[in-house]
Formats: sequence, structure tokens, C-alpha cells
Amino acid sequence: MAAGVATWMPFARAAAVGWLPLAQQTMPKPPVDKTSRSDEILFVNVSGLRFQTWKNTLDRYPDTLLGSSEKEFFYNEETQEYFFDRDPEMFRHILNFFRTGKLHYPRHECIQAFEEELAFYGIIPEIIGDCCMEEYRDRKKENQERLAEDTEAENAGDAPLPPDATLRDKLWRAFENPHTSTMALVFYYVTGFFIAVSVIANVVETVPCRPLKGSVKDLPCGEKFSVAFSCLDTACVLIFSCEYLMRLYAAPSRCDFARSVMSVIDVVAILPFYIGLVMPENEEVSGAFVTLRVFRVFRIFKFSRHSQGLRILGCTLQACASELGFLLFSLTMAVIIFATVMFYAEKGTKGTTFSSIPASFWYTIVTMTTLGYGDMVPDSIAGKIFGSICSLSGVLVIALPVPVIVSNFARIYHQNQRADKMRAQQKVRQARIRMAKKGATNAFLQHKEDGGLQGGDSDSTALCVKNRSAFEHQHHHLLQCLEKTTNHEFTDEVTYSEVCMMDSVGFRTSRSTSLSSQQGATTTCCSRRSKRRAIRLANSTVSVSRGSVQELATLHITKTPVGTQYPQSRSNLNARTEDLKLNCDDYTAAIISIPTPPANTPDESLPNSPAIPGILRNSRSSTYNTQETVKISSL
Amino acid sequence: MLKQFGVWEPLSLDESSECELELSTVRHQPEGLEQLQAQTQFTRKELQSLYRDFKNECPSGLVDEETFKTIYSQFFPQGDATTYAHFLFNAFDMDRNGTIHFEDFVIGLSVLLRGSETEKLRWAFNLYDINKDGCITKEEMLAIMTSIYDMMGRYTYPSVRDDDPSEHVDKFFQKMDRNRDGVVTIDEFIETCQKDEDIMASMQLFENVI
Repeated sequence: MAAGVATWMPFARAAAVGWLPLAQQTMPKPPVDKTSRSDEILFVNVSGLRFQTWKNTLDRYPDTLLGSSEKEFFYNEETQEYFFDRDPEMFRHILNFFRTGKLHYPRHECIQAFEEELAFYGIIPEIIGDCCMEEYRDRKKENQERLAEDTEAENAGDAPLPPDATLRDKLWRAFENPHTSTMALVFYYVTGFFIAVSVIANVVETVPCRPLKGSVKDLPCGEKFSVAFSCLDTACVLIFSCEYLMRLYAAPSRCDFARSVMSVIDVVAILPFYIGLVMPENEEVSGAFVTLRVFRVFRIFKFSRHSQGLRILGCTLQACASELGFLLFSLTMAVIIFATVMFYAEKGTKGTTFSSIPASFWYTIVTMTTLGYGDMVPDSIAGKIFGSICSLSGVLVIALPVPVIVSNFARIYHQNQRADKMRAQQKVRQARIRMAKKGATNAFLQHKEDGGLQGGDSDSTALCVKNRSAFEHQHHHLLQCLEKTTNHEFTDEVTYSEVCMMDSVGFRTSRSTSLSSQQGATTTCCSRRSKRRAIRLANSTVSVSRGSVQELATLHITKTPVGTQYPQSRSNLNARTEDLKLNCDDYTAAIISIPTPPANTPDESLPNSPAIPGILRNSRSSTYNTQETVKISSL
Repeated sequence: MLKQFGVWEPLSLDESSECELELSTVRHQPEGLEQLQAQTQFTRKELQSLYRDFKNECPSGLVDEETFKTIYSQFFPQGDATTYAHFLFNAFDMDRNGTIHFEDFVIGLSVLLRGSETEKLRWAFNLYDINKDGCITKEEMLAIMTSIYDMMGRYTYPSVRDDDPSEHVDKFFQKMDRNRDGVVTIDEFIETCQKDEDIMASMQLFENVI
């Protein structure tokens, strides 16, 4: 309820006294208001900046943090004030909202920071006042676009595919990102070359060549060298068809691919040839066939896969569709008006070219776009006057939407530039993160080797202990607890893969038959499990790209060669492995705190194990929470 | 028309610019706190709190009729509260100058919330008596009644029929008009109401609003 309404409520209730003498029934009892009515000043300390306000002011919005009893959690008894460890500059705006009932968006602040503060204090951003709403929305849209680009860039990824990518995935990757492998690059250039060849052939075959011996007339080259040209055409069409079919095969979603613009262009480029094959050599039909050959020129649009600029242009036109529509509409209106006027102005003149209104359309368009061919010219004075007005207004009408289109183009172009910059930055950033993480795990492994918490020499432990902070101690202790719980130990990647090699040879034959009949996921085979866990780790971390599994999951849990434990009861073993998985997921998620937005991909690429998904999902939901709250910066 | 094309501008600059400056700075400051304390039944703290809220809502210190109607209509979203708000505005605006200032506001509230029953009844009579001539005619009452029923809106159960207000007015007059002269005077009104226990009991309901 707005502050204003709350303020006037006592007044409205008081005014109800006016209804009392008229009432036909007895009035209901009023609600009992137990809260004390006397107002007091509250002190709110936000990171050292002290604010004071009336209690009533805060009570106006009872569903926010400050207006409800939730603020009691932040009450500091000694200083008799509410202490919030948040941004004091932002708090000013929050408090102003309580005071005035209007939320303003400070333009110089980062929009995400602002939204976080709002979320903390329990205020929904939708109540931003009209004065600031537009700015807020623009910034928010910009931010979202940038985030979408980020995730897209990571997804699209120049990062290598997971090792089990099918041929399809590899092919699709090769098509979409040609610079990932040399084969893809070669293919890219070859198709580009053939597109160019095809277009040039189309152009050249209409150029007049020297006539055949014995005849006088000039022949177009297409007819003189018809065999050569048709061979070239066939070759090109075959290559394009192959390419299209391969893309269709490789596309992750064939429906979407078939509906995309590029695929439509591909189809239109090769269809005339096939239609020509199918059609009989009929005189009447060949006229239509000639028309179809025009569509061969669409092959030039295939270049947009090769040129970013063309894509940007396409995007711009799409984004400016409404402006272009407006331009077209206003031009049409003006054309019709002026054509009518010119027609009737020139009606009296003898032998005039303005034979009908549609005929005058041509004059109007040519004049408004300042072309002025001069094939149709007004003779009468009225016609000349209106003709000049027509050309003046034409300039204006066309000039109006152009700046909008230009600014849209600039915006999209800059976005693209930014995407390229982002990609470069991402690489640097992830390299840094990788190094930091490796540092942390190495610290732990080093700590273990030195004997760590297990005792060992007092000298060496003393030395080691000095170099670590309390935080690291606690962290290492935690990792050790985990090790003890699961009866497994942490190693690094190298050791793990070595062990895996050994295990896979040794254990597969004996284990797989006995336990594979159990829930399919809980295999004991190291290699199978390692593969699954690699995927699961990748999926269950909160980062986005599948490809970054190498970068992130540097902690694998190895199976210690505790072969004696396997013949234990199956339920026991299963419970432990489930336990293991749960801890593994929680742990890796807690460690890996790349502040990227929660991923969309994990949900789709859930592994095929039917038995464990419940657990995994639960752990994943908790991973999201832990990701937000547990930001271990040393990692 | 030539002015529109910017042709004739240089000559006519000075005249209009001065007039526009005066309108926006009308402001009202209330009388002192002590005077208001004397005039009303509110305590000092209550007056302070009331004024803070009032000033927050109306920084200029005045409420004009349109604003008043808007505010009051917010409480009755289903119906049309503007007519009743108009009558209410006139009841609060004691010096009939078209705006309510803080004194009007707080004196009215004092009567309604802290006044004696007689004072409240007087206030109600003042509300019903549209032309403030000391007696309520059937037309005045009908106007008031219609405006109250308008606030109910369309979606009521049972539906408001067209003659409901006039029936209600007839009942009212039957009860209040002792000498059957077609008007209700203030004495008739107060006397009848004081004899009615329901009305007297309901007067206590709104005392602890502030």
C-alpha cells in the first residue's frame, strides 16, 4: 500500500462518522490495534553511516525487511541500533523509498549491485518510480544482453569438447566454429570459394562473348560455353547439397535448424537446379524455369556465414523492423497523395505522360528519392508547383528514420565488438582461476604430505602451521573430515589417471557382472565411473560450459585400492557410494565459486542414471545456494 | 498562424513569461502548535505526528478538491467516491475557500475522534446540509444518499436499485422529521439521534483511530 494511502487512512476512518446516523444496520467492531501508537526514532547504522528515522516511516511497508520484525535480527543491544553491513550509499535510496514512497534508481550505480540491495531489503524493483523506470529498464536490458552474450560465448565455446562427443557433436562444432580445427577451417574456405565461384559464374554467363564462327550475333557466354558452365553449376550444387545434408545431420535440433534463416537460404540456393532436373523440357514450363534461375543469386547470401558484417547488417534490419515499416508506410502514403495530385494537375495537358494514377506513382517515387530520371515531367504550372513540393517532402520523409537505423546498427556493431573482447578476457580470467585453484589443492596435498594434522614431527608441523591462516586450517580440517567419512583420499589429476589405468584393467572383469545388475549408476569400475563422474561433476558444478570441466574439476575422488571392502554387503557399498556422490557434489560446488550465473545446461544434460537423479537434483539445488553464500575467495 | 512558423516571434517575448512565475509558489503554513493544541483535543505529540504525515503528503500545506477526491477514491476502488468526497471536502473546508489546510484538517479530525457526541452529530449535520442553511431538505439528503450508494459500485449483493437511495431518504425523514415540515433542523436531528441507542453506541467506535 502506498505511503500516501496509509497516511490518510485514519482520516478516512474518521470521516466514516458521517455515515453513522444513516446506518440501517449496526456497525461492526473496529479492529483492535495492539501496537503502541507513540512514535519513536530508530537508529540504523549501515557500515558506519548512521541514519535516523521514525518508526512509523519504516512501518509503512510491513513486507520489507525494515518494516517487519526481521530487522530485529540486526539489532545491536549495546549500541541500541540496527546494524547492517551493507553499502551505505545505496541505503540512502532505500530509506528514501520509505520516506517518500517512491523508489529512485541512482544512475551512477551498477544495476546488479542495486538489485542485490533491493533483494536484501525485500523491496521489489517494479515499484521504481516513473521518473527512473526507463533508465532502469534500459540498463537492465543491457545487462541481461551482456550476460546472455557471456553464457553464449562460453557455450559456443572455443573450449574443447568433452571426450565422449559423438561424431555429430564434432561435426556441428566444426561447422559453427571453423577455427577450432584445421579440417573445419579448410572446409570453411572451400565452401566460401565455391560460393564465390558459383556467383561469378552466374554473372559471367550472361556477358556477351564473341560470336561463333559463321554467325554475326553476339552470344552470351553461357550459351557459347554451355557445357562448361553447366558442369560448374552442377559441381557447385553438389557441394552445396552435401554441405547442407551434413549440417542437417549434425544439427542438435533438426527442426530448429531447418527453420533457421541460413538453412532456408541454402535450400533456396540449390532448389532451382533440382527443379530443373525434374521438370520436362517444355516450352511453357521453361519460362517458369528461367524465373527459378534467378534464385541462384541467393547463393550470395550464403556468404553471411563467412562474414560477420553481413550478419550484423541482418540483425540491424531485424531490430529496426518497426522503423523500416514506418518509413515504408509513410512513403506509401506520400506517394499516393502526390500521385493523385499530379495526375489531376496534369490531366488537362495534351499528350501528357501522366496517363493514370498508378502511372504517376512512378513519377512520385522517382521525384521523392531525388532520382529525377526525366521520363515523366509535368508541364502545367500547377503540376510544377506540386512536383517541387513533392521532391522537398521526399527528402524529409526519407531522412527521418535513417538516424534510428544507424544508431541501431551502431549498437549491434558495438555489441559484437564487445563479444569478441569478452572472449579474449574470458580466456585470461579462466587461466587465472585455474591457477588459483591448482594452488589451493596443491596446498592441501602438500599439507597432507607434510604429515599435517595427523601428528608427525613437531618441528615440521610447526613450520608448516606458521604459513597457513586459520581459514586454511579449518578448510584442510574439513577436507580431512570428508576423507575420513568416505574412506577415500584426495589426489591430483595425474595420480588419479594413473590409478585409473591400473584399475580399469584389473577390476572390470570381476566387478562388472556382480554389481552392474544393481542400479546402473553405481558401478565400481573406475574408468566407467570416472567418465560418468567427469560428466556429473561438469554438470553439477554451477559453471556453465561443458567444456570447462578440465578447468574446474581438478579434484577427483580416487578409489583407494581397498579391494577387501568390495565383497561387503551390497547395500552397504551402495550406501557409501551414494554418500560419496552426495558429498562430492556438495564439495565441488562449494569449492568452485566462479561467480557465473547459474547454469542452464546441467538440467538438460542429466546423466542417464535413473536411480540417483533424485539425490543429484537435491544436491544441485543445494549447490546453487551454496554457490551464492559460500564465496571462498582464495579459490 | 505566422507566430507558429516562428516568423513573428521577436516582438511578443515579454508578455507571457511573467504571468507563469506566480502560480506555483502558493504555500500555507499552519498556526503555531500551541494554538492548535488549544483548538483541538489532540496532544502535542499527536499533532506533531499528524502534521508530519500531512506535510509529507502535501508539501505545500494545502489540499485542493481534486487531490482530496483522488485520495478518498483510493479507499473505495469499486465505486465512484468523487461525489461524496466533494461533500466531505466542503464539510472540512470551513472557510469555504476551496482548499483544506492543516488547521481545517486537524480541527475536523479532532471533532470526529475526540469530540463529544453532540459535536459529532453537529458535524454530521453540517455534512448533510449542503448549502449550510441550517436545515436538511429532502433533495440535499437524496444527493448525499445517492453519493454514498455510488461508492458501493455495481457489484453488490443485493444489487443497488435505482430507488434505494430515495427509500432510504424517506426512512430517514420519517425518523428525524418530527414536525413533518419536510426539512430536518439541527435540533430535531440531535434530539432524535440522542434517543437512538444504536447511533449513540456506534459513535464510540472510531475513537482510537489515532
